[in-house]
Amino acid sequence: MGPLLYAALLPLNHPDHYFHWHFLEISAANLIVIALMLVTFVAALLLPFPGRRRRRQNQ
Amino acid sequence: MSRKGFRPDVDAPEWKGGHTPYDILKEGTIALVVIGILTVLLAVVFGSPDQPAITLKSWSNAAPVDFATTALSELNGTSTTAAYGAPYNVQPASASQSLGFLKLEHWVGVRIPIDAANDFVVDPLKTLPYGPVLHSSLKNWKSASTSTRAKWVANYTKASANMKFTDGKIVVNATNAGPVPVMISDLTTMARNGALDQALLTGDSFYSTDYTDSLLFISDGNYLSTLATKDHLQGNQWGVMNETGSYPGSAWLWLYTFWYQIPPFSTSGNGDILVLAVMVLLTAGLTLMPFIPGLRSIPRRSRVYRLIWREHYRNLK
Amino acid sequence: MSTSELDRQWTTRLRRRAVSKIPPEKMLPDTQPSYVSSWIYVFGVATISALIVVIATGCILALRGPTWWHGSDVGHFVNSLHLWSVEIFFFSMVIHLWGKYFMAAWRGGRAMTWITGMVLFLVSIVTALTGYVSQSNFDSQWISTQAKDAINSSGGGAYFNLLNFGQMLMWHIVLLPLALVFLVAVHVVLVRIKGVVPPFEVNPRSDHE
Repeated sequence: MGPLLYAALLPLNHPDHYFHWHFLEISAANLIVIALMLVTFVAALLLPFPGRRRRRQNQ
Repeated sequence: MSRKGFRPDVDAPEWKGGHTPYDILKEGTIALVVIGILTVLLAVVFGSPDQPAITLKSWSNAAPVDFATTALSELNGTSTTAAYGAPYNVQPASASQSLGFLKLEHWVGVRIPIDAANDFVVDPLKTLPYGPVLHSSLKNWKSASTSTRAKWVANYTKASANMKFTDGKIVVNATNAGPVPVMISDLTTMARNGALDQALLTGDSFYSTDYTDSLLFISDGNYLSTLATKDHLQGNQWGVMNETGSYPGSAWLWLYTFWYQIPPFSTSGNGDILVLAVMVLLTAGLTLMPFIPGLRSIPRRSRVYRLIWREHYRNLK
Repeated sequence: MSTSELDRQWTTRLRRRAVSKIPPEKMLPDTQPSYVSSWIYVFGVATISALIVVIATGCILALRGPTWWHGSDVGHFVNSLHLWSVEIFFFSMVIHLWGKYFMAAWRGGRAMTWITGMVLFLVSIVTALTGYVSQSNFDSQWISTQAKDAINSSGGGAYFNLLNFGQMLMWHIVLLPLALVFLVAVHVVLVRIKGVVPPFEVNPRSDHE
């Protein structure tokens, strides 16, 4: 387990892929992070939050 | 608060409804465990980047002509550092950035004094062990007048377009350049041996954690910049957001670096202070949002809150 | 000792003021308003959790010094933990900011909560910058030599020298974490005192400014 833990499984030391549109340029890594943030935000808004019955009981 | 004076974007209604049991410590513990596990997973899968630092030694061995050209620019005052102005050296106010009448950079003055010619070239050479040729070159340099030195350097600079690196030495066919050819060539040798890294860091002392001199010298050359371009780290490559390799960088700096891509920020000599000014204004606006009518109404008008509190609104009905 | 003498004591006065402003039931509540029922509410505690991991991994890195991780597999792994916890920290913080913005969470006398949150965001960015230049690798060299121009342009570079590794490291591991932890404490205490902001009313009368 030791060496497996310390050496990354998918190290990202190779050059990244960049997306261009006019003067906009973004790396694949950053685009994934930002996309994940937006998806997470929307999911947080939409996904049902557990404990609905308990809250209704306490109204 | 009277209903008449109630401002929906400033005031909040009093909650007279129910409360549910809530275990704040349990929630905090669960969050910590989840975040901890996620961190370990990401670290195990992706690791982290560690591109080794370059040294004056690695630079001068990989690109000796670039190194020697940079050393010359320190000597003839044309390097970025030599001509920088505040906080490193005295230059006309026009050398520093300004925002209208605000010349903050220039007004603060020289606080980290750098004399490029002496600090980067002459003084390091003086630390070398005695060698007759270098010793007499440095003696000539020391006893020469400012105008003589300037003439030597100008003649060497004129001929430096044909600079070559041959048999471990920098060769420039310059006439009437005095001791300059020896100084530049010996400084390059000093760098290639690793002695310049140490000389610029510690000088006459022992301990130092201040890399100002070394980093300024390195950044005056093209070698560091060429490596950065490969990793899309330049300003005009949105480099502020990027990281070496394929790692995510600082995505939160997207707006800060956005301005650098468009005029007037991308074309102005005052680009940095202009961008800072815009970001200070925008940040102040976001920070003082509670006090800005119109902007503070956007949450209510956009109705995103309907999703957040949909259960509450459903229960009200 | 008379009662009035006790009343005048700094300790007594501070304790009474603290307990009246933040009684224990508010500091460590066991209930919350029933409108707190959305996943968006977890991102504040997620941000704090990430910060705890950042600080803990930073402390481990501090045990062996700032260049340990270059030559040690364990050190490199701890550095990876530090990097990814920082990414999660900013990820959570920005989503928390988006959520709080759309809730107009400054309402009802909560402006200082919003403001301390924004200041935390800014201090975090400076902490990340000082962290980047403390890596002692190529990234540090590039970031410090480039960012110095922006800081110099404001005059700040004369006092905050990105090229000074020792100075930047000490800001990163001493001064800025202290500021962050202090501000987080103020921010959380404000939330505990004021409570979580109630929903907008949907009474048509209150829809007019």
